[in-house]
Amino acid sequence: MALDTVALATNNPDTPQPFAELGLKSDEYARIKEILGRRPTSSELAMYSVMWSEHCSYKSSKVHLKQFGDKAVKSDALLVGIGENAGVVDVGQGYAVTFKVESHNHPSFIEPYQGAATGVGGIVRDILTMGARPIAVMDPLRFGPADAPDTRRVLPGVIAGVGGYGNCLGLPNIGGEVVFDETYLGNPLVNALCVGVMKHSDIKLAKAAGAGNLVVLYGAKTGGDGIGGVSVLASETFEATGPAKRPAVQVGDPFVEKVLIECSLEIFAEDLVVGIQDLGGAGLSCATSELASGGSGGMKVELDRVPLRDATLSPEEILMSESQERMCAIVEPSKIDRFLEICKKWDVTVTVIGEVTDGDRLEITWHGEIIVDVPPRTVAHEGPVYSRPLAEPAYIARVNAEVINPVIPQTAQEIKDAILMMAATPNLADKSWVTNQYDRYVQGNTVQSQPDDSGMVRIDEKTHLGVAVATDANANWSYLNPYEGAKLALAEASRNIATAGAIPLAVTNCLNFGSPEDPGVMWQFAETVRGLADGCLEMGLPVTGGNVSFYNQTGGVAILPTPVIGVLGVIDDVRTRTPMSFDRAGLELYLIGASDENLSGSEWAYLHGMRGGQAPTADLQREMRLIKLLVKGRTENIFTAAHDLSQGGLTASLTEMVLRYNVGARITLANPGITLLVETPGRVVVAVEASKSAMLKEAAGDIPLTYLGTTGGDSLIINDVEISLTELRTAHTSTFQKLFG
Amino acid sequence: MKVGVITFPGTLDDRDALRAASVAGTTAISLWHDEADLKGVDAVILPGGFSYGDYLRCGAISRFAPVMTKVIDAANGGMPLLGICNGFQVLCEAHLLPGALTRNKDLHFLCRDQKLVIENNSTAWTSDYTKGQEILIPLKNGEGSFQCDDHTLAQLESEGRIVARYVGENPNGSRNLIAGITNERGNIVGLMPHPEHAIETLTGPSSDGLGFFTSVLKAMVK
Repeated sequence: MALDTVALATNNPDTPQPFAELGLKSDEYARIKEILGRRPTSSELAMYSVMWSEHCSYKSSKVHLKQFGDKAVKSDALLVGIGENAGVVDVGQGYAVTFKVESHNHPSFIEPYQGAATGVGGIVRDILTMGARPIAVMDPLRFGPADAPDTRRVLPGVIAGVGGYGNCLGLPNIGGEVVFDETYLGNPLVNALCVGVMKHSDIKLAKAAGAGNLVVLYGAKTGGDGIGGVSVLASETFEATGPAKRPAVQVGDPFVEKVLIECSLEIFAEDLVVGIQDLGGAGLSCATSELASGGSGGMKVELDRVPLRDATLSPEEILMSESQERMCAIVEPSKIDRFLEICKKWDVTVTVIGEVTDGDRLEITWHGEIIVDVPPRTVAHEGPVYSRPLAEPAYIARVNAEVINPVIPQTAQEIKDAILMMAATPNLADKSWVTNQYDRYVQGNTVQSQPDDSGMVRIDEKTHLGVAVATDANANWSYLNPYEGAKLALAEASRNIATAGAIPLAVTNCLNFGSPEDPGVMWQFAETVRGLADGCLEMGLPVTGGNVSFYNQTGGVAILPTPVIGVLGVIDDVRTRTPMSFDRAGLELYLIGASDENLSGSEWAYLHGMRGGQAPTADLQREMRLIKLLVKGRTENIFTAAHDLSQGGLTASLTEMVLRYNVGARITLANPGITLLVETPGRVVVAVEASKSAMLKEAAGDIPLTYLGTTGGDSLIINDVEISLTELRTAHTSTFQKLFG
Repeated sequence: MKVGVITFPGTLDDRDALRAASVAGTTAISLWHDEADLKGVDAVILPGGFSYGDYLRCGAISRFAPVMTKVIDAANGGMPLLGICNGFQVLCEAHLLPGALTRNKDLHFLCRDQKLVIENNSTAWTSDYTKGQEILIPLKNGEGSFQCDDHTLAQLESEGRIVARYVGENPNGSRNLIAGITNERGNIVGLMPHPEHAIETLTGPSSDGLGFFTSVLKAMVK
């Protein structure tokens, strides 16, 4: 095909163009023509198609997401908010921390290893782009039924991909989730979170300022992988009989990324860049248009200078390629020599591809001919915005009316069977088979990782300052009531930070949903955002950024609404954290928080084929009082251990606690069956020295406190039920080995 | 006393090794793969990671790095040299130690707290342990299965050159549960698990790993 230039586009206005194949609707195509005053060139069409895709433009979600700004609390901790590559918060002592979670769901279904690997790579580059050293990753994952044949294809590949990439980057994996549900069969969720740390003065932004400054592309060469990934893969529903979409999945090289990280950090340390942007979804189209929009002027790029892995790539393909491990920097001419020198030291390919101009256009040439001439903001930020129709789906009224009353174990034998069944069920079973494939030790600062309630890393070895991160979603509750579900996930993630004694500081999110073209899904989404924005406002936590993943549906079946909420907390001295379990006998165990008898959305109900009922109503005031108590429990040294109650309720938490250090417990419960199984939010089990029980009671104030029993022995005893730790451990730890070993 | 820690492209545990060497009381110095200069150090650590992406074979490219010619010369002259994980793989590729590290028997990357027994406490890196002492340190690798021919194995056993063995179930299929070995002279040690990740209980499963670094301090003082 002949090169399509701006001149050609002006002279041949009626040439038919494949906008629909590129994922653009006809009115979107018409709008591009209106912006440009002519038809787009094929290169411009390529850029608009990827940048106006759902994945990049947030066109269906934007109208809702602005609530995070409208309802935002004024937080002095927020240094960089939504809109940049990742939000940045002040954690004290001159340190700033950036964190973000993103989805790589669709590629991971097509090609589990590479999809998951490049998901990690992408989020790590987002964090690096802010000027931060990446210090940890986490990965909330969701799959179809554990025993489904396709889960056996997808899960091992995803785990190996997360590990293969993250381990090779030298980033400790400090937690995540592994959840199974039928609705994720065909639509697995692979979310990846990264945390980075820097000094306040080192924060970098994506802007191309200063006419005459150079546009520098460095990192891997550009190849033909991932072309159209965001528009084709992430923005369309999978059809059961569709063609293989493998070429749209990127292929990662973690070694190149590791070198790129070290090289970039050295460049940042010498203050050699004016602005910086990583190349992720939509590749160069995104990086050039976002950098140019972020600055005050325009930009000229000579596309033929881009180093290629495949010399046959057309300019359109180069603009759309999502080849991994690439960064784009804006560098003052006086600093370019040193920049090139550092790249040479690290053997990183580096090319000056253009310069910042004092105009207001993004102009891209191919061997001297102009192939792109656009106002950059129209590509990067002024894409279409849809107020999609939304309507409460019919299922809500139906399932909310259902009475959820699964059989409750009564006899000692029934209770024992229930505890062992819950310990072994895939959603609650020990996840070591997964987490043992991840390096949790590298960098030498990991204080907590799986199976702790949150991941915790030290960020200063002298002052012992640290941060904690937890991610949570309860899709069962979100399915029943997306508004409350979002608040409950926020509460749970915050509680998971606080059990260790850290103080919740900021929120990120990854909102995984079905097709936005379905009014019912759109309603779930709108309710979720409303719930999360209201919840954050009430708890005084800023939302620092996030990610939306739509089209997680095969045919007419959407996934459960799955808002993954990430909370970052700060702890002034990691040495004083409260561990999740006890390592000795003779301690007293208490349940903090009131329990009810609502089993809706619980794992026990799910195991009995019931997924209806009413989700709990989040009581965030109560949650905040609980968080205060948990922090106080650490700072005043009241607790020996504290562990959150969530999926699987008391039985799951007790199982995890006694197995952690192999110290049993003797518990007495008035109504053991229901008490072990309900998942009432806002509850925590704590272990205290007997001498500190009075302090606990005083600190708890009007928060309900129930004495459970004492620690010790080599079994878990509940009333007249006794389960040896060996039997409990076998049940808890053999599930994954049996399924995937 | 100065301990050098080499950074290759793709090295990951260099800062951890530098930290461990300092905590043990030595002066830790960073060395760069591309400079044939040991900067006057008295001992060298090849840390863990995926040098050169582990492409071709683990450690196969690193052994040709400019700094390695100096390391090999110095080690042949008796300088204490410790290769941890990827560093052990480099030592085998450089023929400073016999054998090879191959894919774990179940083909997964494996990260877990591993019990070892110290079998030889007369090397430059293990004198602070007692013979038969059990220690708990992290094991994390994808290619940690130690393999060698029968003759070499018999020689390693009979000459007491097994420095540490895995206790309990064999984690990766290593012959004779071998976790670490030494050369005849006892100055070069290769170890698959990571003592540098076990120097304090806050961030490691124990502080049992510190002994490797305090041992070399004593060896250098002697």
